[in-house]
Amino acid sequence: MGKKIRVLVAKPGLDGHDRGAKVVASAMRDAGFEVIYAGLRQTPEMIVETAIQEDVDVIALSILSGAHMTIFPRVMQLMRENNIADKLLTGGGIIPEQDMQKLLQMGVGKLFGPGSSTQDAVAYIREWVAKKQET
Amino acid sequence: MFNGIDQLYERKQKWIQEKERKTKDRDAKFITTSGEPVELLGTPDLLSDFDFDQDLGFPGEYPYTRGVHYNMYRGRLWTMRQFAGFGTPEDSNRRYHYLLKRGQGGLSIAFDLPTLMGRDSDDPLSEGEVGICGVAVSSLADMETLLQGLPLDRVSTSMTINSPAAIILAFYIAVAEKQGVSLPTLRGTIQNDILKEYIAQKEYIFPPEESMRIIVDMIEFCTEHTPQWNTISISGYHIREAGATAAQELAFTLADGFAYVEAAQKRGLDIDQFAPRLSFFFNAHNDFFEEIAKYRAARRIWARHMREKYGAKNEKSWLLRFHTQTAGCSLTAQQPENNIVRVAYQAMAAVLGGTQSLHTNSMDETHALPSEKAATIALRTQQVLAYETGIPHAIDPLAGSYFVENLTNKMEAQAEEYFSRIADLGGVIPAIEKGFFQTEIAKAAYQYQKEIENKDRIIVGVNDFQEENEKIEIPLLEIKKAVEEQQIRRLADLRKKRDNHAVNEVLAELKQAAAGTQNIMPILVKAAKVYATLGEMVTILKNEFGEYTEPTEF
Amino acid sequence: MDYNKIVKAILNSDRIAIAKAITQIEDETGAYREILDALYPKLGNAYRIGVTGPPGAGKSTLTKHLARLIRTQNLSVGIIAIDPTSPYTGGAVLGDRLRMGELTLDRGVYIRSMASRGSLGGLAATATQAADVLDAAGYDVVIYETVGVGQVELDIADAADTTMVMLVPEGGDIIQGLKAGLMEIGDIFILNKYDRPGAERMQKDLEYVLHLKEPAGGWESRVLPTIANRGEKIDAVWQEIVHHREFLQAQNLLQTRRRARLEKRLKVLIRTEIEHRFWTPSREKMLSDYLKKEQQNISPYLLASQMVEELMRDS
Repeated sequence: MGKKIRVLVAKPGLDGHDRGAKVVASAMRDAGFEVIYAGLRQTPEMIVETAIQEDVDVIALSILSGAHMTIFPRVMQLMRENNIADKLLTGGGIIPEQDMQKLLQMGVGKLFGPGSSTQDAVAYIREWVAKKQET
Repeated sequence: MFNGIDQLYERKQKWIQEKERKTKDRDAKFITTSGEPVELLGTPDLLSDFDFDQDLGFPGEYPYTRGVHYNMYRGRLWTMRQFAGFGTPEDSNRRYHYLLKRGQGGLSIAFDLPTLMGRDSDDPLSEGEVGICGVAVSSLADMETLLQGLPLDRVSTSMTINSPAAIILAFYIAVAEKQGVSLPTLRGTIQNDILKEYIAQKEYIFPPEESMRIIVDMIEFCTEHTPQWNTISISGYHIREAGATAAQELAFTLADGFAYVEAAQKRGLDIDQFAPRLSFFFNAHNDFFEEIAKYRAARRIWARHMREKYGAKNEKSWLLRFHTQTAGCSLTAQQPENNIVRVAYQAMAAVLGGTQSLHTNSMDETHALPSEKAATIALRTQQVLAYETGIPHAIDPLAGSYFVENLTNKMEAQAEEYFSRIADLGGVIPAIEKGFFQTEIAKAAYQYQKEIENKDRIIVGVNDFQEENEKIEIPLLEIKKAVEEQQIRRLADLRKKRDNHAVNEVLAELKQAAAGTQNIMPILVKAAKVYATLGEMVTILKNEFGEYTEPTEF
Repeated sequence: MDYNKIVKAILNSDRIAIAKAITQIEDETGAYREILDALYPKLGNAYRIGVTGPPGAGKSTLTKHLARLIRTQNLSVGIIAIDPTSPYTGGAVLGDRLRMGELTLDRGVYIRSMASRGSLGGLAATATQAADVLDAAGYDVVIYETVGVGQVELDIADAADTTMVMLVPEGGDIIQGLKAGLMEIGDIFILNKYDRPGAERMQKDLEYVLHLKEPAGGWESRVLPTIANRGEKIDAVWQEIVHHREFLQAQNLLQTRRRARLEKRLKVLIRTEIEHRFWTPSREKMLSDYLKKEQQNISPYLLASQMVEELMRDS
């Protein structure tokens, strides 16, 4: 049937507000992706292990709590330690522009703040995967 | 009620034909925020079955469509209760004293995420989250600091906490007892609405049946010992924030309410004893008339069910009293000043809907805890509404509007349909386990997002009327590591200094009570007094009751 | 990674290699056939269990508890959780991990979520191949957990040594409403949410129906009550699985069944291969030209046999 884009959608930390994560997961399903929805209360270790077992192309995290400058770098580090740094780490939530830039420097992908369109996120992932396949 | 209804209907059809012939609608979708088509024109034929006494009545009288009090805002304006919370118990205590000096009669306590999830500040999973979105309370010591110098027999306190509510209430009661205050003088509310956690906010710990047991224990205890205390704030706010439509917010909230009533009745409690202390909490979203109709329908539905179905005889049991908060999910990060306007319209709807108390959001809340200036504007919004618009001078002024009464009827009918579906699934808890609510909400949320992305729904500043090259400045959230470190040190100290033998004893007692049918509240109060921590008590309960995981339904 | 490296890594239980191999199998890309070929001689260690049943029966919860129990026996377990692909969009939300989160960090557990991808009977093949990878990697037990939609359950019965059907008590005459075939494929029946009303009644009804059915080779399927969300009575389920396995071994049925599955799989593989070779660009064009005509000059039956004739001639 051909290559399917597999995306892990997860919420790290204690926060339970998953409206955004679920909307994004639905949009990705409708875009033809396979979404591994890991849900709430995921630790960085759990996220990376899941990404390995599920061989996802993309890890997408929803963070509203302000802890993004701790979580994203930690996940990035674990990805490197586990040899899966070639996967895309992206996400969305309440993340200031300045922090998005900092994280970009660290190797995290584009991030999507409040008011973002799910279609933009989908297009971004498609482009990224297509580019990766070329190399 | 109206003469010549049939001829009127004919004339309306003719008018519609003329309208189509002579005019063209603009290219937009005429739907409510919930995606419902809006009735074009209110006319008497829409209310052909309307009965003044059955459906409308007078304020303060069954079925309370027009309001729960005889004189509504002429007697007393709604309470302007702005929710606030932060940092250490000392910080919050200082704020409470300040507010009380300024004449505010009530306290509102917001807890941090670890506390909300039943975890102590030194729990590994609490790292980075201590004191961030509320105050950290891990033991009676923290609660004592928090309420230091506050006369609990003279203030009313609202505590926004759910899964570990019983323990937090135990802390509160223990402080009161230590103050020498008599329990029947305690006034306040504890949110304690676990069903909406499974449905929307997801701050659950234990499985549903076990959580209900705890809540009924609390209702039983409070009915006897703290009869002025509101035991549950049955909430629709969070359900709406998760993406539900207005009809879903209405139906699911009331269904939850009925489920609590049934659970308490099953325990043998007298409905007219506990029902007067059940209160509600609704959202005020963008669609002006839909929200007003929602509140009116809510009052009528609750009154009808409580009297006819559950056999309540005390009129206080029939009253749906509610607090409202304007919709957080309607605020935009883009052009935040527009949020001031949104909040004003939403507040107006809440007041025209007859709310008992109101919280208005600040314009910058999409990003962070509100700045002082923004918080002041939010309060002023309510004051302008109260003193300058004249709206509070008349009671339920929209009654009799063909349009509004029709919409109120429609909302009630939609709610009743949901009640049927829930009953078919076996009730609220089986429906939760089957993922019914969660699926409805997720679908509604997704639909709403699609409407925005298709521009079927315009959000000013976001998908239309944008500012080019707008720079969205989000103030950086400082994670005060000092708060967490202080709490951790205090806990270590506490665990050393307290009588650990007594703690272990009472925890064993708690375990036994949880395993059986004994009411756990008295034991929780006992445990609080020997300084068992929140996390320790929750762990005992987790071991007995298990932990809840969501169904995989999407 | 060249496929020899992947094979070696799989045999070393390297999780990234396992993951990549399963992806290639699902996508039918890379050297998946060579990998499967190379792994074939190493198979046979894993005991395969299928868990099927209608949505909401508690399959994920049961699987989680079963996995935990299996771990206490010092055995490793692979779980393949299958969810349906949307026929309209080709995408899927795979949410079985939600219930199994606590197993994520246990290295003795491997969980892979798989979408049905609209395969027509081929799902069992893909899932079986994924299980083969886990088998070769050294996992002792593989559990297929499927959602009860369409033909999937019946397919999975083809892939498992022991098939378990999970049901829950509902109002009404559930037995009549049970999907055709479900009663036939179950080696073990589990009645979950046993604390619900109607459970005992349903157990009796089920046992009665099973009693009427011809026991396959002498095995009598039992109905086991569980309350999965409380982790109750899971041991009994495991005991029954062990019992079934012993039965199959004693009756030499294990080999027979595996051979039957092999035959089925071979036929599917051959059919797939033939279809693959059949649809060359020229034949695709033949088909689309035929369909484009306002009025077809020959009947579809004739066209079909003409095209196959041509294939036979060409090979």
